[in-house]
Parts: sequence; C-alpha cells; structure tokens
Amino acid sequence: MPSGPAVPTDRPTDRPGDAADDAARGAEVLTAPEIGRALTRIAHEVLERNKGGTGLVLLGIPTRGLPLARRLAAKIAEVEPGLDAAALVGSLDVTMYRDDLHRHPTRTIGATDVPPGGVDDRTVVLVDDVLFSGRTIRAALDAINDLGRPRVVQLAVLVDRGHRELPIRADYVGKNLPTSLTEQVRVRLAEIDGEDSVRIAGGDR
Amino acid sequence: MSATYLLRGAAPLGGDPTDLLLADGRIVAVGADAARDAGDAEVVDAAGLVALPGLVDLHTHLREPGREDAETVASGTRAAALGGFTAVHAMANTSPVADTAGVVEQVWRLGRDAGWADVLPVGAVSVGLAGEQLAELGAMAHSAARVRVFSDDGKCVHDPVLMRRALEYVKAFDGVIAQHAQEPRLTVGAQMHEGVVSADVGLAGWPAVAEEAIIARDVLLAEHVGSRLHVCHLSTAGSVEILRWAKSRGIDVTAEVTPHHLLLTDELARTYDPLYKVNPPLRTDADVMAVRAGLADGTIDIVATDHAPHTREDKDCEWAAAAFGMTGLETALSVVQTTMVDTGLLGWADVARVLSTAPARIGRIDTGERAHGRPLAVGEPANVTLIDPAARWTVDPAALASASRNTPYGGRELGGRVVATFLRGRPTVLDAVAVPQPAPAR
Amino acid sequence: MRHLLSAADLDRATAVHLLDTASQMAATQAREIKKLPTLRGRTVVNLFFEDSTRTRISFEAAAKRLSADVINFSAKGSSVSKGESLKDTALTLQAMGADAVVVRHQASGAPHRLAHSGWVDGAVVNAGDGTHQHPTQALLDAFTLRRHLRGDADNPDGVGLDLTGLHVAIVGDVLHSRVARSNVNLLHTLGAEVTLVAPPTLVPVGAESWTSRTSYHLDQVLADQQPDAIMMLRVQRERMGGDGTGAGRTGFFPSPLEYTRAYGLDARRLALLPEHAIVMHPGPMNRGLEISADAADSPRAVIVEQVANGVAVRMAVLYLLLAKEKETTP
Repeated sequence: MPSGPAVPTDRPTDRPGDAADDAARGAEVLTAPEIGRALTRIAHEVLERNKGGTGLVLLGIPTRGLPLARRLAAKIAEVEPGLDAAALVGSLDVTMYRDDLHRHPTRTIGATDVPPGGVDDRTVVLVDDVLFSGRTIRAALDAINDLGRPRVVQLAVLVDRGHRELPIRADYVGKNLPTSLTEQVRVRLAEIDGEDSVRIAGGDR
Repeated sequence: MSATYLLRGAAPLGGDPTDLLLADGRIVAVGADAARDAGDAEVVDAAGLVALPGLVDLHTHLREPGREDAETVASGTRAAALGGFTAVHAMANTSPVADTAGVVEQVWRLGRDAGWADVLPVGAVSVGLAGEQLAELGAMAHSAARVRVFSDDGKCVHDPVLMRRALEYVKAFDGVIAQHAQEPRLTVGAQMHEGVVSADVGLAGWPAVAEEAIIARDVLLAEHVGSRLHVCHLSTAGSVEILRWAKSRGIDVTAEVTPHHLLLTDELARTYDPLYKVNPPLRTDADVMAVRAGLADGTIDIVATDHAPHTREDKDCEWAAAAFGMTGLETALSVVQTTMVDTGLLGWADVARVLSTAPARIGRIDTGERAHGRPLAVGEPANVTLIDPAARWTVDPAALASASRNTPYGGRELGGRVVATFLRGRPTVLDAVAVPQPAPAR
Repeated sequence: MRHLLSAADLDRATAVHLLDTASQMAATQAREIKKLPTLRGRTVVNLFFEDSTRTRISFEAAAKRLSADVINFSAKGSSVSKGESLKDTALTLQAMGADAVVVRHQASGAPHRLAHSGWVDGAVVNAGDGTHQHPTQALLDAFTLRRHLRGDADNPDGVGLDLTGLHVAIVGDVLHSRVARSNVNLLHTLGAEVTLVAPPTLVPVGAESWTSRTSYHLDQVLADQQPDAIMMLRVQRERMGGDGTGAGRTGFFPSPLEYTRAYGLDARRLALLPEHAIVMHPGPMNRGLEISADAADSPRAVIVEQVANGVAVRMAVLYLLLAKEKETTP
C-alpha cells in the first residue's frame, strides 16, 4: 500500500539513472517540475485558507510525507518571510495507531517529532504523499489526539488516488489521480529516492 | 510344552549359517543333525539372521511393587523379550524396597508367573536404600530368589565403611555389590553433566569427578578386602581410565555401560526435553568415544540397559521437575549394533559376550538347569535370540511394549532388529511379535 | 521472532532493531498521554512462578501502555515438584486466549518447554528462568549502555548503533546469574567486550567456552582494563558461608566481609573507573555487600534509569512479537 509507508527500505526502488523501460517503472504521471508547481500551489492555498502562517504546524507522515512537509514549509516561508521554515515542521509516526498491524510483517516504528510549540491550539496540516484508503490519516488523527488539542487539523497530499474506505478527504491535493485497485502509485522524492517523480505501475492496461 | 523348533539357516555369533533344533528346553542338535532329527518341528526361517545366546540384562527397573503405573514385572519382561532378553535383573529401588527375602521372592514369583523372561531380583545393600545399615543380604541370597547381585542403585553407597562391610559380607555367598557411583555431596541438585552445555543452559552440573571419585575409592576397597565389585552405568572417560588401571592391578572389578551412554551426548539437554534427563547424565562426545573404546577393549565388561520407565506426568514437565531415566530394553541391541558393530568396534561374538555371557557370569546365573549366557551348543539350555542385522527401523515410542513412553530414541532410525527370542525352547517372540505366554501352572 | 527465550537467539540486526524500537517507545513515554492503542484487543498473561514484583510490574506497565489486556497469574506456591502444573497452567492460558505469555520460572528451560511443547500457541517471553536467561534484562542493559556510551547530542539514544568497542565488567555471582548469561550473549553480539569478575567458586565450569573473559581480581580489572561500564550482580544470601543452610551446606565464599573486600564496589573502586564509566545493577541491591551506598547513589549510577528503560524495552518486545500476523506453528 503506497499510502503511509512506514518502512523506508522495504519498497523496491528503481535505480535512478537506469534507463529501464517505462513498462516496468510505470507511466510517469507527475514530473519533477510538476511536483514543484503542485507544492507551490498548495503553499499558497494553505496561507490563503488560514489567513497567513500564524500558528501553523506541518506534520509530515514518514517516510515520504516528511520531506514533502519540509518542502512545503520552505515554500510557505518564501511567501511569508517572517516564518522560520524549520520551526514549522514536525514528523508524526502513526505506526502504533494503525488498525492493520496484524495483517503485515512487523513495521518499524518511525520518529515522532513535534515542533517546540507543540500542537495545542495550532493549525496542524498533515502532509502525506498518497491518499488512498484513508486509514493512515485516521491513525494520524488518533496520534495527534494523544499529543494535544489542535485548533484545526487539515490534510495535504501530493496525490489522491481515490478508493477511500473512511469518510476522510484532503484539504489540499497536488493531483487527483483516478486509479484501479490493481495499480500501484509510486512516489519518488529526491531526498529519499534520488529523483522526483510519480508513476503508475501494474494494472490491466 | 513339547513343541520343538528348527531354526533354519541361522548364523551363530554371526558365523557360518547352520540349523539349530530346540526341544525340551534344550538345544538338541546343531548342523546337519538338526534337520535330520527335526521330525515335525516347527520351522523358523532364520536365513540372514544372527543367533545369539539369550540376552541378559544386569540392570533393569521393573517398578513393581509400587509404581505399577510406570511398569509391571509382566509389561517390563514382555518388553525385555521383544528386546531379545531371556533374563533381567530387577533393581531394588521399588516400594517397598527389595531389602528383605519377602520382597525379592515376590518379584521373583511375578517374573516366573509372567513367563516372558527369567527375573533375577537385585537385593538392596542397605535397609530402605538409606545407606546406613546393611540389609539382610544373607536372607535374600538364601531365599527362593537366590539373590547374588546387591545394589542401592539410584543411590550411591557413599559411606566407605558400609561399602567395605557390604563388599566383605557378600563373599560368603559369592555375591557382588553393584555400585551406583555418585558422590552425593558433589551432586546436590544436579541436573545434567557439568560442562560447556550446563554452563550455557543454566542447569546444575553433575561433574564427572563425582562418579570417578567413588569408582576410585571402591576399586581400592575391593582390592583391600579381596572382594568382587561391579560398577553400574559407567559414563565418563575418566572412569574408563580408572577401570583400566584397576584391572591391570588384578582387582576383581567389572563394569557396565548403558546403550544411551554409547550413543547420546549432553548436547541434547539444550532441548530441555526431560526425555534426555538420566542419571548418570549424558556426557560429552569425548566420553562417548571413551566408553565405546573401553567396551571394545574389554575394560568395560558388559552393556546393561538401566531401563528406567517413568509415567508421562514425570516427564511431561520442566527439566528440573522431571524424573531421571529412560527406557531401553527394546532398543538396547539395536543401539549396540549401531554404535559398536556397524562401526567395526565389536563382532557378533563380542556382542554375545557383553550382552549375555559376561552379565550371566557376573550375576552367577551361568550354571545349572536355568542357566543363561551359555554357548549355542548341544545340551545347553535353549535360550536363543535371533537378530536381523540388515533391518533398519524407526523408533515409535507408542509402538514399544513398555508401559512407559520415555524412550530417548523416538523418531530415530536404528540398525538391527530382534526377530525371535526363545526362553528354554519356548518362543517369547516370533516374527518380532511377542508370543502370548501360557498362564502359570500352579 | 516468534518467542523471546534467550538473548543468544538474537542476531545483531534483530538486537539493534529491538533497541531502536525501544527508543521510539521511550520517546512516547515522555508524553503526557503515555498510552498507545497499538495492542488493543491482545491479551498478555504474566505467568510468574517466582516472586518478582519489579519484573512483573515492568511487563505489566509495558503491556498496558500498548493497550493490551493484562492478566496476572501468580503461580507461586503451587506444586513445582509435580511439573504437571506447568502444563496444566499452560493449557488454561491457552483456553483463555493468551496472545503472549510472559513467564518467570525457577526452573531453567521452563519457558523453552512452554514454547516448544505445543501447550500454547501464543508468543512466549522469558522473564527469567532459573539460572539460565533473562533476555529483557540484557536488552535494557544494552539500551542503557548504548544511550550513555554511544549517544550524542544529535542521536541521544544511539539509534542504529551497536556497542562495538565498549568494555563491560560484570561482577559477582556469575554461576547462579541469568543476568550474566544473557548479557554475555547479547553484549558480545552487539560488539562489546565482556569481562566476568568473580571468585572462582562463582564461575561456572564450562564458562571458558563463553565469549567473555574471566578474572578473579576486581582491582586489577578496574586498573588495567578501565571498563566503560561495571555491572554489579546481586549476591544471594543463601550462597554465603557460615549459616550452614546454603546449597550443599557449604558457602561459595567464607564470609560477606571477605566478599565485599574483594568484589564489592565502593568509593575507592569507583574512583578507579574512567570518568565516563557508568555503574549498573539489575536490582534489588544488597547495599553494603556487593555495592556500597556511595557507589549506588553516585551520579554515575544509572540503576534507576535501568528500571525506566525496562518498560520501553519490554514495550518493544511485546510490539515486535504481537503487532503482526499470527504465525502458524509449523
């Protein structure tokens, strides 16, 4: 399940620079510049919706939500020069709140790291790479609950691929991507995978 | 009981195949004469089988009286017959202890009534095995059971004065003291061989020196008083060395090794499975090799099973709470073939010596009408065991005849199988199946 | 990992993973709300055949902080000479649907029997068996060592690291100590060097095959080897000479005074240790016997912290054993 990956090493990653055929790697649906533009747009939307950056906390869900949250924070800080990008970002590991632990090999627990101000009465924006069933976000809401009481919680994702199993929706979406259940959405980010791209692989096409 | 049997094509002591004719409890003809005189004898096809004199176990626990839930004289001797034995010495640690003429005669009668094998009761050395006061050794010797072997087995006669007196006293009726060599103070709470494995698994150690110290003391005592000593279940390389030294000095000492000490090592304790808990404990690989060598060169005189049946509840538990001991009557011959014959250390004539002739002589049952351990020759009692040395079988604990299941060989493949056993001409086992014995004549 | 029976069963990668997981667990324990929903609906049974309030409450806290249901089963006083009780107890727990059984038993190997006898399906965690093993104690010791001796400002817990290059002295009754055995296994696996220091009577025959070194001289070890940590083992009163009641009625050393003189950690010996060295003890301590109050209460003593780390380590163990698909027994 590409949404909410908790194990950085358990997903097969293609070697960057390998001129592998597109069939194996899947069709590219977002290129590096497109990813950058999508994040820029989301940064503006966040500031617009919340009338500025006061009290804003971006919590990235490891593994790939965390670098996305950092990039988003940097873009927000560009628009609002008074903000310190690093102080906006935290990470929120949801492994111990998942409802599907018994269906998988044991997951490695990631770090939870909240900015110094905490989350109480803040505007928390959860950041993840792919929104799929919604179960990761449900776990994240529980995890936040144990950390404190934010004023409001919003959700930003790079890709929404549909197939929700819970009444959860994203406030900010980089790209809506209709998929079939048999397809895999692969998000690659330079910080982890050495390049930026979103691809769709598998399926019956 | 007039049935006669012609064993056709058997190889006595593994030698050239020949025919043996058994009638009226004796071997009446061997070779060409046998077939000629056979008449309407029942023919047993013994081609490919080795014939040995009926096996004699000097060390069996039959548990009756007292622990009939673990074994009875009847179930134990039936297991013995299936293992090729025609005589077993029943150890004295029953309840009540076999320390009076009354108890030994009871055990002897139970054996006679069951009919599977001759039961020779062993008398306790001390009253109640308490190690304090001599039991009535003379009364037991002169009872109907004619006890010649005395042992506190399960406990060591550790008091040197008591041991000296016992060694001296039994000279009057040519008895022998069979010592369970275990220095008690060195083995308080001991659970397994003390060494590398015990250090790892955290079970209290039973050091080799606790056995060797007693054997060394006892051979010196036997020499001093000029008596006969037998060492039970010798298990360490050091004990073999001491025995070798004692024999070189002409001391009248004999020793036994169990099948399990010829095959198994303390590494098995890593499983914490109490099936491998036994006293003396399984030792190291070096000890196994040393006792095999000692048996091969005659330092160790005999193999004795130390067949020690225990109920499931005494083994189905944590190691420390479990009873010591393992069954062995039905697997002894196979283990000896696997460890000693198949490895070239012993021939079949040697097997006859260590499992029949020598134990019969030590127990002083090698003469008279009911003698054991005699040659396979005309006129001798027809105690014969037929073995198929080519057979291989996998031990299934549930398929064994003993009333208890605590064999350490479950699932293990062994070589050689007992096919038939004759006790004074009467088959107790044919085609590897026990033959129901007639009700005792009263 | 299906059971945790012995520290010897852990390879380096598994051990580091366990410690890293414990580190994340420890982080959650600094929060106001310490309880996590991770093991909701799972049942953990604490099966204690031997008194050990400390270990039991540590496991209980660990299980409860992960939202598991905890059943405490104290079997002390029930017959141990008749081992059926272990089997019957196990069958009872099985019937109650235990997902994990944490077992403390006076017989070495009892957890091993429980895990391999087919009596229970659940995961078995050894919480100390006889004089054999106490693997979670070794893990919490390793966790404490790593945090103090490998951690730095950026990585306070030393996440991802092992104990390579560290030298640990374990002092006292090695013969009867499951803590010593577990630590010899685990610390070696993690790359540390272990020296056992004890009077010869308290070193097991066969210890020469272990991965540790052995010395009979504490002062010499402190002065020459400058260990990074010293772990003092508890001396059981019944092992001492004099009162004529100990195992075999003969003490393992002549008197408590002589033991303290040769093997006790006091202020003088504390001063022989390098600046950074830490003092450990699995508890409960015999103050004045194996450790003086000066040493036990010194800033270098991490004994109280060991207790806290115990909860995090046990959370990690329960998490890794239970938060996954149930494996079917082969």
